[in-house]
Amino acid sequence: MTTQAFHKKIETISPTRERIMGVVFLALAFSIYFFFSRDVASDQITKFELTPGGLTSVLPTWVLPSMGTLNILAIAAAILGGVQLAKGFKRYTNWVLAVVVALFVFGFLVWAAAGKSLNLGGLLSTTLSKAVPITLGALSGILCERAGVINIAIEGMMLAGAMVGALVGSLTNNWLGLLSAVAVGALMGLLLGVLSIKYKTNQIIAGTVINILSTGLTSYISAKFMQRYMEINNPQIFKSFPIPGLADIPFFGPIFFNNNLFIYAMFLFLILLHVGLFYTRWGLRMRSVGEHPKAADTLGINVIRTRYLSVLLGGMMASFAGAYFTLGSVGRFDEVMTAGRGFIGLAAMIFGNWMPFGAFGAGLLFGFADSLASRLAILQIEIPSQFLLMAPYVATMIVLAGVVGRGQAPASEGIPYEKE
Amino acid sequence: MDKKPVNKQDAGKVLLEEISGAAQEQQGKTRIGRILLIPVLAVFTGLVIGGIFIVVTTESVYAAFGQSFGAGLSEALRTVWNSYVALFTGSLGSPTRIITALQSGDPLEVRRAFNPILESLVASTPYIFAGLSVALGFRAGVFNIGAEGQIFIGAATATFVGYAVKGLPAIIHIPLALLAGAAGGAIWGLIPGWLKAKTGGHEVINTIMMNYIAFRLSDWLLTGPMKRPESFNPVSPTILDSAKLPRFFDDPIRFHMGFFIALAIAWVVYWFLFKTTWGFELRTVGSNPFAGRYAGMNVARNTILAMTLAGALAGLAGANEVLGVNHNLAMAFSSGYGFDSIALALLGNSHPLGVVLASLLFGTLRNGATPMQVSLGIPNDIISVLQAVILMFIAAPAIIRTIYRLKQPAQEQPGIHLSMK
Repeated sequence: MTTQAFHKKIETISPTRERIMGVVFLALAFSIYFFFSRDVASDQITKFELTPGGLTSVLPTWVLPSMGTLNILAIAAAILGGVQLAKGFKRYTNWVLAVVVALFVFGFLVWAAAGKSLNLGGLLSTTLSKAVPITLGALSGILCERAGVINIAIEGMMLAGAMVGALVGSLTNNWLGLLSAVAVGALMGLLLGVLSIKYKTNQIIAGTVINILSTGLTSYISAKFMQRYMEINNPQIFKSFPIPGLADIPFFGPIFFNNNLFIYAMFLFLILLHVGLFYTRWGLRMRSVGEHPKAADTLGINVIRTRYLSVLLGGMMASFAGAYFTLGSVGRFDEVMTAGRGFIGLAAMIFGNWMPFGAFGAGLLFGFADSLASRLAILQIEIPSQFLLMAPYVATMIVLAGVVGRGQAPASEGIPYEKE
Repeated sequence: MDKKPVNKQDAGKVLLEEISGAAQEQQGKTRIGRILLIPVLAVFTGLVIGGIFIVVTTESVYAAFGQSFGAGLSEALRTVWNSYVALFTGSLGSPTRIITALQSGDPLEVRRAFNPILESLVASTPYIFAGLSVALGFRAGVFNIGAEGQIFIGAATATFVGYAVKGLPAIIHIPLALLAGAAGGAIWGLIPGWLKAKTGGHEVINTIMMNYIAFRLSDWLLTGPMKRPESFNPVSPTILDSAKLPRFFDDPIRFHMGFFIALAIAWVVYWFLFKTTWGFELRTVGSNPFAGRYAGMNVARNTILAMTLAGALAGLAGANEVLGVNHNLAMAFSSGYGFDSIALALLGNSHPLGVVLASLLFGTLRNGATPMQVSLGIPNDIISVLQAVILMFIAAPAIIRTIYRLKQPAQEQPGIHLSMK
């Protein structure tokens, strides 16, 4: 098993996949031309407003000729496809794929807003805020799985965090609410740990237990108390505050540097986790426990303790993500309000190849699909928004199938450690 | 008593025992007792914990404890007693009412008195199908966590055949609609099964993704192509009378043929798993893929087959709900059957008979929860708490053993040990 995993890491891109990718690039180029470029009139223009909202914009509206832009995008994608088929981009293939997909998405926006105007600033700003719970959920998954414990209970932990955050936040203040939410997450993580590390229960089932339990408990308390007495379901939400200096950067400033606690915390956790995982002793130990626990144990690393610590941190991260819903955005708790964001977080973790910044990229992509879906109706596009909302799940399945290169899951995840 | 050495099972021995059936003969009666012990204790402990939870969240108990300890204790016990009495009279019917109804001889009154228990059977029916789906997967070594999505798709395809195919007699229309439901679910199971067999993409993740794709798809269907023309709500047209599963009694009793179909399917699954070569291969590959491959079995084909059949069974659960109870497709009608079915399959030890019994229990709990909510104001979400606790105890029997000071059995029941690879 483990030797296989090591082999996988030096795997290069096969010639077949190089060719498949070339065909995919060309197909996207043709799609831009046939579906988008030929569908707009030659004199139509696309207007992108660059006002993220909140602060006064200093940038003028970006005006593009629709057809010309689309043709340029199609040609660029086609050239990349041609080069891929002729020479191949070798190990940069996936980066080029990202570029081509970005061209396609931009083409879609140009086409969708042809003859109309789309607020690009608003789109990106909602993308970021929708990416927050997804990314934080994915970080929770990374924390657990890098140490070898599968966490499909992100959703349940989020719900618990959201509920407790709202309840305690209403009774006291939002800081204590956040603190209790994180504490409950730690408890949930502990439960996952006890079940899967101590009792060696199947980790998927342990996660399912937490999901069902958390859905039941939060809905019960919500129905019995929180929907009846509004004063205990009315927390203060964390206000946005601009970061002096950075918030004045045109366009990107208001998007990235005029947010509330949760978004800044997400960036902080991203950096901390990345550095922690790959540049500290703690991270090395954690990863070794997830890859080859027996070897780690031989070297004197306490496998059990490392795993417990990881699931505790993972639970806290997930419930912090959940608290975002009640304390960072909505300001009240509703039954099952996380609506599957935990599972999208799981998908983002896989999509991002168990890497913090990969997960953030996936979170942004999924958040973008989400925020675009809500704008399709405004732009009067006849594509049902549901199909855009499906895209993250389909994309994850494609990644999982190894079409875009196989992800590298920690080798020992899902396997309880037994000391001999 | 001296300790017996714990012997590890090796695959070859298991295979031999499966073939000769020696294991079953040897153990005889004590085996049944041992199989039942843990589930029964798990359910009992679950009910106790649920009772504690109800007490902790009831205001009147706190008020009584404020007066005196004794008053608080009696109020707490009274609350739990009332809750469970409400739960079980709501789901099984009240004995006094049944007796007076029978004495009065009024047919409507008799129907009303028996309605709760029949309604519990109605609630159990989709659980049986969905539980069988997960159980069959477990036996074949795949984890079907996507019953929820398969139920959705099965319901959608059955609904479509139910209202769009016109002019058929019921004897053809009903089986056709059921088949459509099974086929829809089967496709939803086939995709992750195929992906697992051919690319190694793990079925747990893929079925979760398929769940959400199914939700979005049915959302689109109900606001678009399958929307009832005259309605503003996302709901499909009502299915034709010829596609409705026959009901056995007049209103208000909804008890319908689906229950018996579910029992028949449970028997078919039993027969398939334990009496046919295919089923044997499925179980062998499930308990030890390496041994299966060594014996010349096609692991990939068995994985695909298992996921497809599991999907078909879950699809039937959806079809059953549409054709027997709801008669149309509405948004999010499935409400958690998919995840509950994992608990069912484990509680029933992944055996069709066990699944049927576990489904009857869960159906009863679910059916009684609503009356309890109405009469006592205890939200019916308490059922999810009970189910989660029961699932936890079944999955980690060591906890139950610790609580009740039970001895570790010499031979551990083969649990579910699915690897993520």
